Amino acid sequence: MTTPRVERPGLYYPKLPATWWLRRPNYVRFMIREVTSVFIAAFLVVLLCQIRQVGQGPEAYAAVMARLASPGWVLFHVVALAFAIYHSITWFNLTGVVQVVRIGDRQLPPALIAGGAFAAWGVVSLVILLFFLRG
Amino acid sequence: MPDETITLEVTRYRPGHDREPRSQSFTVPYRKDWVVLDALNYIKDRIDGTLSYRWSCRMGVCGSCGMMVNGVPKLTCAAFLRDFQPGPVRVEPLANFPVVRDLVISLDDFMEKLLRVKPWIIRQTEKPVAEGEHRQTPAQLEVFKQFSMCINCMLCYAACPVYAMHPGFIGPAAAALAYRYNLDSRDEGYRFREPVLNDSVGVWECTFIGECSVVCPKGVDPAAAIQRSKVAGAQDWAKSMLMPWRGRS
Repeated sequence: MTTPRVERPGLYYPKLPATWWLRRPNYVRFMIREVTSVFIAAFLVVLLCQIRQVGQGPEAYAAVMARLASPGWVLFHVVALAFAIYHSITWFNLTGVVQVVRIGDRQLPPALIAGGAFAAWGVVSLVILLFFLRG
Repeated sequence: MPDETITLEVTRYRPGHDREPRSQSFTVPYRKDWVVLDALNYIKDRIDGTLSYRWSCRMGVCGSCGMMVNGVPKLTCAAFLRDFQPGPVRVEPLANFPVVRDLVISLDDFMEKLLRVKPWIIRQTEKPVAEGEHRQTPAQLEVFKQFSMCINCMLCYAACPVYAMHPGFIGPAAAALAYRYNLDSRDEGYRFREPVLNDSVGVWECTFIGECSVVCPKGVDPAAAIQRSKVAGAQDWAKSMLMPWRGRS
């Protein structure tokens, strides 16, 4: 937070309305990206609860899993997954802008850096998927 | 079609008279090759000489004629009326800045921030003029050239909600120019700019909305400059933690 500016007499200081984020598509996309964090945080809280139940025995864990199978919780997880994917895609899209990689005098194109990040994400996701399918 | 017209809804504000700005409609001739600035000049010359606004070069170089056109920050010398047909075209002062009068905003805050980042080449020791210029290869120039195209038009500040909410924020153009000089092979002033970029109102205020880069008429991409300055600042901090005997670069 910054200290409020000192307003000089005679000048008109515009006020930012609460609906500022509806003015431009980029602002809306930004706000969606921010809101996704809430769902990801909520998902992590649920995951921590699950881990806690594992420590309390198979019955307690089974009871939690049964509760999570209800339509409301399934819907929550579908929304959380969609938001996590949206957040990840927007994040990886920015890597090419943020990270400059130079080879000699040449700078790697941003699309290549973002593409590398997407490829790494895909490989890691595949490894995790294979791990669980085998288990 | 010489009789064709287009309406401009122009913000008026008279200091000392008006409590807040109001909108005034003007109907001007429509010409295919006219820009919004031409329409404003027509109003000032033929309809209302009291209309106040800034402009100078009329060719996208001086950065004086930035205004909000239909809610988007634009250089009015590069905003063609034909792109806003049939109108009306809403012309307002640049957003997020205090308004002095009509379409004129106060530059004071931006000028102070610009000076704070020392946007000039700093040398630890100046060499005599007789020794010639500081030479640079085309590759060294290419590293910062994009960020040197800034014309200080402040459209990026008008597009930045972070600046609107926290006016202390150093802002896109000043941060981009600091980054430009930090990248310059002739410059040795990183240690002066680094504290400005990494303090509480520096680049870390930016939430990477990215609209500053969208509205930039020169393709400077200040959002990229800010994020890269964050990376440089974080690396610098990590190095100072791991190797405290070396100090900050």
